Amino acid sequence: MAVVAAISSAGMLLAGCSKADDNGDNGGNGAGANAATKEVVNASTEKGGTVTYAMSDVPDSFDPGNTYYAYMYNFSRLYARPLLTFQPAPGEKGNEIVPDLAESKGQSSDGGKTWTYKIRKGVKFEDGTEVTSADVKYAVERSNFARDVLSLGPNYFAQFLDGADKYKGPYKDKSTKGISSIQTPDKYTITFKLSQPFADFDYLVTAPQTAPVPRAKDTGVDYTKKIVSSGSYKFESYQEGKSVTLVRNPEWDPKTDPLRKQYPDKIVVNLKVNQATIDKDLMAGTTTVDLAGRGVDTQTQAQLLNSEDQKANTDNTYGGRLVYAAINTKVKPFDNVECRKAVQYAIDKVAVQTAQGGPVRGDVATTVLPPDVIGYQKFDAYPTEGNKGDAAKAKEHLTACKQPNGFKTYIAARSDRQQEVDAATAIIDSLKKVGITAEMKQYPSGKYFTDYAGVPTFTEKQGIGIIMMQWGADWPTGYGFLNQILNGKAISQSGNTNLSQFNNAEVNKLLDEAIQNQDESARNAAYAEVDKKTMDEAVIVPLTYFKVLLYRSPNATNVVSSAAWSGQYDALNLGTTKK
Amino acid sequence: MTDLSKTGAAVGEPVRAAEAPETFLEVRDLKVHFPTDDGLVKSVDGLSFQLEKGQTLGIVGESGSGKSVTSLAVMGLHRLGNRGKNVQMSGEIWLDGKELVSASPDEVRRLRGRQMAMIFQDPLSAMHPYYTVGSQIVEAYRVHHDVDKKTARKRAVELLDRVGIPEPNKRVDSYPHEFSGGMRQRAMIAMALVNNPELLIADEPTTALDVTVQAQILDLIRDLQKEFGSAVIIITHDLGVVAEIADDILVMYGGRCVERGPVDKIFYEPQHPYTWGLLGSMPRIDREQTDRLIPVKGQPPSLINVPSGCAFNPRCPYADIPKGGITRTERPELREVGGRHFTACHLSQEDRTRIWTEEIAPKL
Amino acid sequence: MISYIIRRTIAAVILLLVVTAVTFGIFFLLPRLAGQTPDQLAAQYIGKNPSPEDIAAVKANLGLDKAVYEQYWDFIKGIVSGATYNLGPTTAKCEVPCFGYSFKNHTEVWPQLVDRLPVTASLAAGAAVLWLLSGVAAGVISALKPGSVFDRTAMGVALAGVSLPMFFTGQLALLVFSYQLDIFGRTYVPFTENPSQWANTLFLPWCSLALLYSAIYARLTRSGMLETMSEDFIRTARAKGLKERKVVLKHGLRAALTPIVTVFGMDIGLLLGGAVITESVFSLPGIGQYAVQAITDNDLPPILGVTLLAAFFVVLCNLVVDVLYATVDPRVRLS
Repeated sequence: MAVVAAISSAGMLLAGCSKADDNGDNGGNGAGANAATKEVVNASTEKGGTVTYAMSDVPDSFDPGNTYYAYMYNFSRLYARPLLTFQPAPGEKGNEIVPDLAESKGQSSDGGKTWTYKIRKGVKFEDGTEVTSADVKYAVERSNFARDVLSLGPNYFAQFLDGADKYKGPYKDKSTKGISSIQTPDKYTITFKLSQPFADFDYLVTAPQTAPVPRAKDTGVDYTKKIVSSGSYKFESYQEGKSVTLVRNPEWDPKTDPLRKQYPDKIVVNLKVNQATIDKDLMAGTTTVDLAGRGVDTQTQAQLLNSEDQKANTDNTYGGRLVYAAINTKVKPFDNVECRKAVQYAIDKVAVQTAQGGPVRGDVATTVLPPDVIGYQKFDAYPTEGNKGDAAKAKEHLTACKQPNGFKTYIAARSDRQQEVDAATAIIDSLKKVGITAEMKQYPSGKYFTDYAGVPTFTEKQGIGIIMMQWGADWPTGYGFLNQILNGKAISQSGNTNLSQFNNAEVNKLLDEAIQNQDESARNAAYAEVDKKTMDEAVIVPLTYFKVLLYRSPNATNVVSSAAWSGQYDALNLGTTKK
Repeated sequence: MTDLSKTGAAVGEPVRAAEAPETFLEVRDLKVHFPTDDGLVKSVDGLSFQLEKGQTLGIVGESGSGKSVTSLAVMGLHRLGNRGKNVQMSGEIWLDGKELVSASPDEVRRLRGRQMAMIFQDPLSAMHPYYTVGSQIVEAYRVHHDVDKKTARKRAVELLDRVGIPEPNKRVDSYPHEFSGGMRQRAMIAMALVNNPELLIADEPTTALDVTVQAQILDLIRDLQKEFGSAVIIITHDLGVVAEIADDILVMYGGRCVERGPVDKIFYEPQHPYTWGLLGSMPRIDREQTDRLIPVKGQPPSLINVPSGCAFNPRCPYADIPKGGITRTERPELREVGGRHFTACHLSQEDRTRIWTEEIAPKL
Repeated sequence: MISYIIRRTIAAVILLLVVTAVTFGIFFLLPRLAGQTPDQLAAQYIGKNPSPEDIAAVKANLGLDKAVYEQYWDFIKGIVSGATYNLGPTTAKCEVPCFGYSFKNHTEVWPQLVDRLPVTASLAAGAAVLWLLSGVAAGVISALKPGSVFDRTAMGVALAGVSLPMFFTGQLALLVFSYQLDIFGRTYVPFTENPSQWANTLFLPWCSLALLYSAIYARLTRSGMLETMSEDFIRTARAKGLKERKVVLKHGLRAALTPIVTVFGMDIGLLLGGAVITESVFSLPGIGQYAVQAITDNDLPPILGVTLLAAFFVVLCNLVVDVLYATVDPRVRLS
């Protein structure tokens, strides 16, 4: 740690030196703080150069059918075109779905149970063969129905497609017929038949799992090493755990693609680079983007925020996530809504925010849906002055709960997440002021859901009334965000994410109906209602809307921080001024 | 220091100006002192002797009497190594007309191994364990002779043959640990003789060997001396070793000479009580096992705080005979008591003769 | 000699078997004793929120549902006769010696080790040359003049070298000489591609690693030399009239080197098993970095592979040291 500090402070010296050229307003050449969440920064159509990504870890997989992380959903589009994708646009504008491999958004019929897409003609794989609907069907089959080998991604298609339980997957079922509920009547048409209406299906097909994979070239687990590109770039080299190099795909035809511009000559991803090194290289201009998009490390953060000059090169964006405390309705006395409300009032959210690293790490939250998720409506069911909590109101509700002198409970947090432990400590301090004694129980994050917090019988037996949680959706809609944490049907005996064990008939109904509703505005209204209802029932205490601090390289062109990618910079047309 | 100069003057012969003596080896008033944290160790404190070519001198004394330091000082080895860093040395050592105390270390080094050579006590530890016997002899030869390895090897084989090692052609390539104790000592002697040294110093050459081998080694040294005509110094704690081989004997005690003279005189008319003790502790075949080796009672003297007066007085059974406690206050001078026979003792000649003939001789 | 080596080789194989068994036990059995089920092991290979069906599928695919001894047997069998792994549409043949397949990295362990060994070997060899030369030289000079200014300075530096952790000296060196002064590179380049860049990148790691070891070797040499220089055979060498330099180097150092050779052999063996901290600090893609990665990923096959490789090198170097010992010291007989 000391050494990191030494390096950072040395960096600070450098930053201090460059302050001499500070021109006064926004500072230096920076486009201004948060510029990329509002506009396209450094818009340019200039070609050439190498865009360099770096990552402190390795991605789960480069295989579009075997990944579950937003940054790979984002990045993989350079070489794998899903049916639909999100518009490369700043902030919430990025949440808008646009056609990619498909000509247009899905045509639904049968009340939302059948979805049909027309694939663009003339789209070619890097080997020159044309992409057909069969390649898309195969991609969905391999990514959802071979869970023994391709297990890293989600399997929503397997959950929603009709007759999915009878299909063994393309590796075990060697017949080329495949699953019958995905139909390819011709080379350019693909139809998905679902077991129940699902209005967010267009969001599902934005997943890289719908990007075409030629059956003959599929090598299963090893496909990540020999990906056949359908996008504007293709793999030049793949060095496991070290680096990946993409070069222009000559078979890619701009006429078939309204989104990609193929600006840089080359795209390099360096893996396993120390986070401090990434930050330093970003500022030195040798790295263009941090692939993981989780933000700079704390040392760099202090350095960036202390310099107006550098701050102009940052974007402090929402990460599509909510940090919250789930109140376990199955643990007494939280079965009583009044006791839950007492907690809502008692918690000093500013103290929690501070414990997590201050406003740069998240805004104080009052709703379940974060502002960058579709369906968000601003409201505060339990307003307190300056969000600092209201002990008097909390005690009123305690009295109404017949616990005027408070009570004792346990709070669960992940031991290896210091910010979560700190936030829980701040909550314990808040609760103590109203007479509620909460004691922390820490569990390793690797087993948090499988063995502890996500096992209802465990939390009930241990009397864990409050559970620390962070949640981000797989797709940025109210349903995508809310269903797994609020629908009573989502409660499971292990790996449970509805930690409150909230089973409210009204909420369940709202969610179930909304997803079958073809009318988007009606759907979004329903999500806002679910949010309000949840807050009325006080089963979740929203703490902060998670934010990240990204460093935006001044060399990078066409930079947008998109809500669809948890605030990360959209990868499609990132270029560089550095040749 | 004053004490030093006083005792220096007390040595038998007067200190002359530094002019080359006639004798082959002459040591004059040699003092070798080692400063340590505990005090100044006076290992050799005013020693003089002469040795002619073809003659053998036996230096006898207990461990710590200064006999080994004397030999190392002659070789110029006392000041090499860590212990010799601060050594204080004075006096003169004349070897064949050259004075060694004032000579540069490199001059002495050039003489070492060539004009003067040494045989050490324990040949196992004194030979390098990682090199063959032959290569160690070859090395000794080539330091002083500009010859190729083959010639040097021939010389080594020749020497091994001469010292009585069977199959020297084969044994030349053996390692020291592959030799028996006696063979090792023979090899050691071969190594010392390889350059035909004019002075050969043997420091306890037979101590580590069993009795039968001891005799063979001593015979060998005697034969070789006759053949090469060298001067030999044999250092030992055992008078028996030098009885046969030495021409002169010098008895050391506490860094000084207490008795010196021709071998017959030392054995048949010994003058010093310490010499009597040594004779008493000498193993003899005609004596019973039980009363063999009567050691001189008491501990050897500290070389830092040497007893005042006669250094031997705390252990001397006759210390009280001379009047006035002189044995405890005054250091006895080395006086000539007969032809080339010297001793440093306060006892009167009559007392010494009486004690020797009446008390000591009958028991031996 | 030959029969000695054969017997030692057999013993080494048995030892390696024991090492694998123990490693296997540690990484497979201990987590279970601590309550980690095969389900949790399998869950690591699945994305967010694994479902029970997914867990069962992965478990069966990886063989985690088998008994531990069966898994161990499969592992050993893989080394001797290779194995096949299910990739989905095809199976992958893991060639002999198959050290397992990392499903986390989609790679066989053995080629990874082979791929990374040159990096670690480059690091180890360069550093070893540096530390052996500097450490022994400093030790010899110190021993010849104990208590001198050189001795005190050298031993002070040695103490600092031993005490300062690599992640301090290494990071500091990186900061000053690479980031600030920009003298040395930070991206490893194989020797075969560009020898000068190879050396340029490895220079700082070599020095950092060598600093640590040369400190130990200087102290070791110093004490060894002090001991041998007071041996009788040194006096004999001097009595021959040899020059002091020859006495020190041919007679003194030769004898003092024997224990150093032993320690050196062991150190090289350990280093080849992975210079963990150095490689992490300098981002060198060697065995050590691979091991660290495998441990943070909880990726069992690479952990086993690295452990086995490290054990192999330690055993091998042990054997080499023993044979070498016999050539260095003629008194030692191999039997």
